[in-house]
Amino acid sequence: MNRRPLFLITVLCFGFAFFYIPILSMMVYSFNASRLATVWGGFSTKWYVSLFSNEQIGAALLLSLQIALISATFATILGTMAGIALARFQKFRGRVLFSGLVSAPLIMPEVITGISLLIFFILLGELIGWPGQRGFTTITLAHITFSMVFVTTIVQSRLIQADRSIEEAAMDLGSRPWQVLKDVTLPVIFPAILSGWLLAFTISLDDVVITAFTTGPGSTTLPLLIWSKVKLGVTPDINALASLTVLVVGIGVALAGWILNRAEKRRAADERLAYQANQ
Amino acid sequence: MDMPGQANRLSRWFNRKGWSDLIVGLPYVWLVVLFLVPFLIVVAMSVASRAPSAPPFAFGGDYPWINLEGYQRLFTDDLYIRAFLTSLSNAFVAMIFCLLIGYPMALGLTRVSPSARSILLMLVILPFWTSFLLRVYAWMGLMGKNSWFNHLLTDAYNLMTPASWALKSLPMMYSNFAVVLVMVYTYLPFMILPLYASLERLDPTLDEAAMDLGTRPFGVFWDVTLPQSIPGIIAGGLLVFIPAAGELVIPTLVGDAGSPMIGRVIADEFNAVRDWPMASAVSVALLVLMVVPMMVYSHYQAKAGGPK
Repeated sequence: MNRRPLFLITVLCFGFAFFYIPILSMMVYSFNASRLATVWGGFSTKWYVSLFSNEQIGAALLLSLQIALISATFATILGTMAGIALARFQKFRGRVLFSGLVSAPLIMPEVITGISLLIFFILLGELIGWPGQRGFTTITLAHITFSMVFVTTIVQSRLIQADRSIEEAAMDLGSRPWQVLKDVTLPVIFPAILSGWLLAFTISLDDVVITAFTTGPGSTTLPLLIWSKVKLGVTPDINALASLTVLVVGIGVALAGWILNRAEKRRAADERLAYQANQ
Repeated sequence: MDMPGQANRLSRWFNRKGWSDLIVGLPYVWLVVLFLVPFLIVVAMSVASRAPSAPPFAFGGDYPWINLEGYQRLFTDDLYIRAFLTSLSNAFVAMIFCLLIGYPMALGLTRVSPSARSILLMLVILPFWTSFLLRVYAWMGLMGKNSWFNHLLTDAYNLMTPASWALKSLPMMYSNFAVVLVMVYTYLPFMILPLYASLERLDPTLDEAAMDLGTRPFGVFWDVTLPQSIPGIIAGGLLVFIPAAGELVIPTLVGDAGSPMIGRVIADEFNAVRDWPMASAVSVALLVLMVVPMMVYSHYQAKAGGPK
């Protein structure tokens, strides 16, 4: 066409180099024999060995996964409800406040969310004696709260895009509103609910700031453990941990993309078939 | 009353309107209890007094029951003013660099073949799924005094400057430069994705029409493409600016402790100084500062037909 694509392609190359050089460098240095994390001292896999023999990291990972599983599940249930309420119920009391409450946590600085939840849990503990000690439960409650609104935005935008004629048809055929929701709407938005769960799971697994404020003695999640190590500087075993994370996430995202892509293709094929059958 | 009767009434209630009450009510109550109430407590805390107790504050006190000392200190103590200015300027510079890098990248993504595009988009999103903390950490390794990256830049610097200015290594870590660099790195996907979404929708025949009428490529960009992508620019810019201004992790790990950003000031007041009322007052002030960009953002989101 003209010179422009060449310029754009160059920027793209530099952009992706910018994205991936730090990650690749970290992966290369995870095989560094030297204790000094940034000076090359020969090839070694000892940091991976020390990583796998580190019980602290295993326990922290387990705790993080437990919290992420539970909080993502509850966040998906509550977030989907809120998404349905905002996209399908035109009028209900307090709708303005509700839509504000759903969007505010998205843009609230994490420090403030963290501090407000910590003060809330402390005051609640003084007032009714619960939670006596912060830890697993308070972290999970905090994670549900800030990740459910992400699920809501995904579900809500999917519902707004969705073709409402099927729901209307079910209604015309005499289904009750609740049945329409259960049998028509929910299956239609199921992929959005699934990606909402995945997003909630990831942000729970990744959170440092809010977890740091809502945790208590003995409840160290993996990001908190990394945080306390990284604050002291660069250490080679974190390089190994980071490389493994990138590997696992990369495989996971590629797999999820492939599955979603296939499901989408199958759905499109089904729709085409249904359309042809109705001709 | 017998159990079946109760169950019947329950299911009648559920089918008539209970299900919709539950769908609205449960998330509503959840967000009120765990988001709105804690936030209102912070607002109340910002006008409470410090007290030598645990927890270290006291509500009430003498008439007029509120203590505005925290807010007064915001305007008189230059620690806070400087922290706000540092935060806003770091976030602004990071936003501009994200725009300068992200815009051509997003535009480039709309010009590659569809199959390459889906892979490249995945590569944009992939860092977002990996740990935020580890992405910051990756740059700590690169910017350190002994890293190959720092050596490379130092050599380039020494080549270009007179010998008397020569340095052994560039002091990159623990500076606002480091903060902005890492912010650009971690927030760039937030800029690229909304820009890509708004650029992808553009009609390519408009470009061609302008080209046929003799407009030069840059003119086409400036007069046709850019004006149509302004909603994407605003969405992406605010998605970078808003979290960057309140950022805590990046300034704590790579920032200059001598001129902290506001997120770090809040955390320090809270954890180290244990001045909860002051931490709350700074938090409220940060939110007040952020209200304008947040409202602009939700205005544009509402126009674009709901959040993406």
